Amino acid sequence: MNNPRTTNNDEPITIRMSKEKFLTLQSTAVPLAVENIDTDQIIPARFLKATTREGFGENLFRDWRYDGDGKPKVDFVLNNPTFTGKILVAGKNFGCGSSREHAAWALYDYGFRVVISSFFADIFKNNALNNALLPVQVSDAFLKNIFTAIEKYPSAIIEVSLENQFVKLPDGTKESFEINPYKKACMINGYDDIDYLLSLQEEIKEFDFKSREPQATSY
Amino acid sequence: MSKPKTLFDKIWDAHVVKQKDGYPDVLFIDRHFIHEVTSPQAFDGLRKRNIPVFNTKRTTATADHNVPTKDQHLPIREALSRHQVETLRKNCAEFGIELYDLGHPFQGIVHIIGPELGLTLPGMTIVCGDSHTSTHGAFGNIAFGIGTSEVEQVLATQCVLQYKPKTMRIEVNGKLGKGVVAKDIILYIISKISASGATGYFVEYAGSAIENLSMEARMTICNMSIEMGARGGLIAPDSTTFNYIRGRKFAPQAEAFEQHVEQWMELKTDAGAVYDKVLTYDAADIAPMITYGTNPGMGIRVTDRIPTENELKEISEKNSFSKSLEYMGLEPGSQLLGKTVDYVFIGSCTNARIEDLRLVASIVKGKKKSPHVEVWVVPGSKQVEEQARKEGLDKIFEAAGFELRGPGCSACLGMNEDKIPAGKYCISTSNRNFEGRQGPKSRTFLASPLSAAAAAITGKVTDVRELL
Repeated sequence: MNNPRTTNNDEPITIRMSKEKFLTLQSTAVPLAVENIDTDQIIPARFLKATTREGFGENLFRDWRYDGDGKPKVDFVLNNPTFTGKILVAGKNFGCGSSREHAAWALYDYGFRVVISSFFADIFKNNALNNALLPVQVSDAFLKNIFTAIEKYPSAIIEVSLENQFVKLPDGTKESFEINPYKKACMINGYDDIDYLLSLQEEIKEFDFKSREPQATSY
Repeated sequence: MSKPKTLFDKIWDAHVVKQKDGYPDVLFIDRHFIHEVTSPQAFDGLRKRNIPVFNTKRTTATADHNVPTKDQHLPIREALSRHQVETLRKNCAEFGIELYDLGHPFQGIVHIIGPELGLTLPGMTIVCGDSHTSTHGAFGNIAFGIGTSEVEQVLATQCVLQYKPKTMRIEVNGKLGKGVVAKDIILYIISKISASGATGYFVEYAGSAIENLSMEARMTICNMSIEMGARGGLIAPDSTTFNYIRGRKFAPQAEAFEQHVEQWMELKTDAGAVYDKVLTYDAADIAPMITYGTNPGMGIRVTDRIPTENELKEISEKNSFSKSLEYMGLEPGSQLLGKTVDYVFIGSCTNARIEDLRLVASIVKGKKKSPHVEVWVVPGSKQVEEQARKEGLDKIFEAAGFELRGPGCSACLGMNEDKIPAGKYCISTSNRNFEGRQGPKSRTFLASPLSAAAAAITGKVTDVRELL
């Protein structure tokens, strides 16, 4: 494993552990075979008025989950007791649209720890990784296999190993996934980006100062 | 000679504080904008760590997402919204950050006030906890949206950890047809490459059709880069850019300005620089555009039919396609032209600058809105509102039966009081047509200010060229 504490010849970095650690997860999964799920669906803007990070799970997929009177819509998968678990499996381009981190907070708060899709929007992916929610990108074909597997056997246990970077179905088929070594180490160890940045304060200060000189292109 | 570089690479490389194997780049941020929705948890983080803001001069705040656009002088009625705006006020005071609050002459949508105050300049890195931060790229800088954890990073260290994205060049060459404006160009591009077609890329827009655009129009283009998945989009600065910046409140003045222009003139892609992807379009192929579905990639020429399932390029999209049309209450293969609309929303960080309001006024001058349509004109900032009044645009709107409101994000995002009711059709100059974006069960047609104005007059989806 590429551990940020020891890469390169640089001084070791003290990173405080502030997030939940993630190594491997075995869980049933919830299928949501819709493409281009935007963050407005994950958490509509009218529920972004809180000033804390907690409690957003209540309104996760609010308008798909409840009708106008607040009654659960029976045909939505989160209201179907057959499908439960810590893994959400969704169609491609998951998390597009608004940069609201509340989308990652809502998924996490609801109880999801992994989202599997064949494609993620950039900002959502970053937000998820910053909040101990693992985005796992698999091929279109493998995504289809996962949907088939869980729709056939809703109690199927899917294994997601962050350590070894694979997703495994009950029939033994598996696919590996990519994750940046730094982000991987952060998730496995519960590290936080800010601790790393704070350790560079002196270098940043110097940069800030230099960039204010008139000949610099930025200030 | 060193290897030719793209404009994006030049600006990025000039801002890397630290590069290290296995790590994302530590990218220094010149300008940080914040607003009430995505900042409170970031300030909480600073408090928990007991650290100050790294450099308060580099962050500017305004209240925009969660503010009413009527009676802005009164306390915000809705308790949670009020609390959020008050929290911003409290945080800015506590940490020493300049805030353009409700009632301040500089208040407005964050991506509109940055440029108009001269805070947005070429060559910078700019971030904000809002995906439409890409707007600022119109000035030839790297501007992108970030999440709240990253807002906290910037407040604490003036840096973000980022992986360098791939580069894409999108060229639009030639002359735009009658009634075709910047919004049509970007809706056209997104309809060609889809809502995820530029994910993982940073886009540079170029070509004669882009060079001939005003700054306002360039901002409209860059604003919607995120709607095709790109983190941001930028346009090399030129005399149009410099003329826009000259004399702005916080821009360098007099001699310092001239010195900067000299530097800024070097901000262009070197001959022979290689992009990861290049796309080229002909301006003559672009017509007034409109979206029919629930993502911005689902756009057509206003005169075209909605596609049928069989005409879709990707089989995998069929599922989402029928769900989308069902939500919109539209039939595959049908025409949008002539479809009755209930609301017209002219506003948002995409199209609420003075030039947009002028475009609308050019269509409605001396005309009245269709009686069944409700029309909201929401200026992007207090300064835009003042300018509109100075030019007498408010009189034109009033005579047409349009409502000119106070500045804010308004009905773009269904968060504040301005929402489109369930089931109603709204032709909107904003940037997203997602399910419920403008209010639960609302239905959005994205279009240009010209097309929105035309629909306001006729009460239905209209080819604006017929009114010109």
